[in-house]
Amino acid sequence: MVKINGKEIEAAGLKVSEYLTDAGYNLQNIAVELNENILPKKEYENTLLKDGDTVEVVNFVGGG
Amino acid sequence: MLPSKEEMEHALKNRHGGELQNKFAKATVAICGLGGLGSNIAIALARAGVGHLILIDYDKVDITNLHRQQYKADQPGRYKTEALHDNLKEIAPYITIDIHTLRVTQENCRELLNRADIICEAFDQAQEKSMLVNTVLEEMPEKYLVCASGMAGMDSANRIQTRKITERFYLCGDGVSDVAEGNGLFSSRVMLCAAHEAHMVLRIIAEEYEV
Repeated sequence: MVKINGKEIEAAGLKVSEYLTDAGYNLQNIAVELNENILPKKEYENTLLKDGDTVEVVNFVGGG
Repeated sequence: MLPSKEEMEHALKNRHGGELQNKFAKATVAICGLGGLGSNIAIALARAGVGHLILIDYDKVDITNLHRQQYKADQPGRYKTEALHDNLKEIAPYITIDIHTLRVTQENCRELLNRADIICEAFDQAQEKSMLVNTVLEEMPEKYLVCASGMAGMDSANRIQTRKITERFYLCGDGVSDVAEGNGLFSSRVMLCAAHEAHMVLRIIAEEYEV
């Protein structure tokens, strides 16, 4: 199980990019923290989620 | 007649305590975007006696900004950097302000923000927010970063919160209220979110890092 935004999710084995796309995120509008470290956008494609990982997807919406 | 620098400092120390006010006076805060968030953040920090601000925006004041942004009816057409500089100097005449009238990009980010202790993201567009956050977290991990997402519409004021995402990265807003047809921005709710950002900045300067 992978803890994503506080919820335990069956996402181990998925690439970060696969999870994000399946979950409906627009990759242009987010920042991803993997185990408390920023995950550079260019790493989404080649980073596999593992059991025990903690992920925080920060989704930005417009307005300011 | 304007009060002297010493009189202003004395009044701030009277309100905040000398030790805290010395920290505020020494701090340098960068504000990226001078719209509803950035203009309100800047005014809150200037009033609190933060010593140095770096203000960045490429845009000019438009009449449609006046419903939520801290500009005046005679300022449309002026660059936001210059108009806000003048407004802040009326409030806090001894503050030092660097203005940069340009777009923040991945390329110029480091040079623009290097001198800041704390960086406020105050852009309007989701994509620009994401660009700044990713660039600062990747390239300048030593900086404190305070951001905002979700403050549009007439939903409850109580949904606006500050969250600590990681060690030096804070996010204010309700996280979901996007600008859309029929869901515009209202001065009070944008100001609330700006106040969350400004207050987190003051807390970081005061070495209070939790939310």
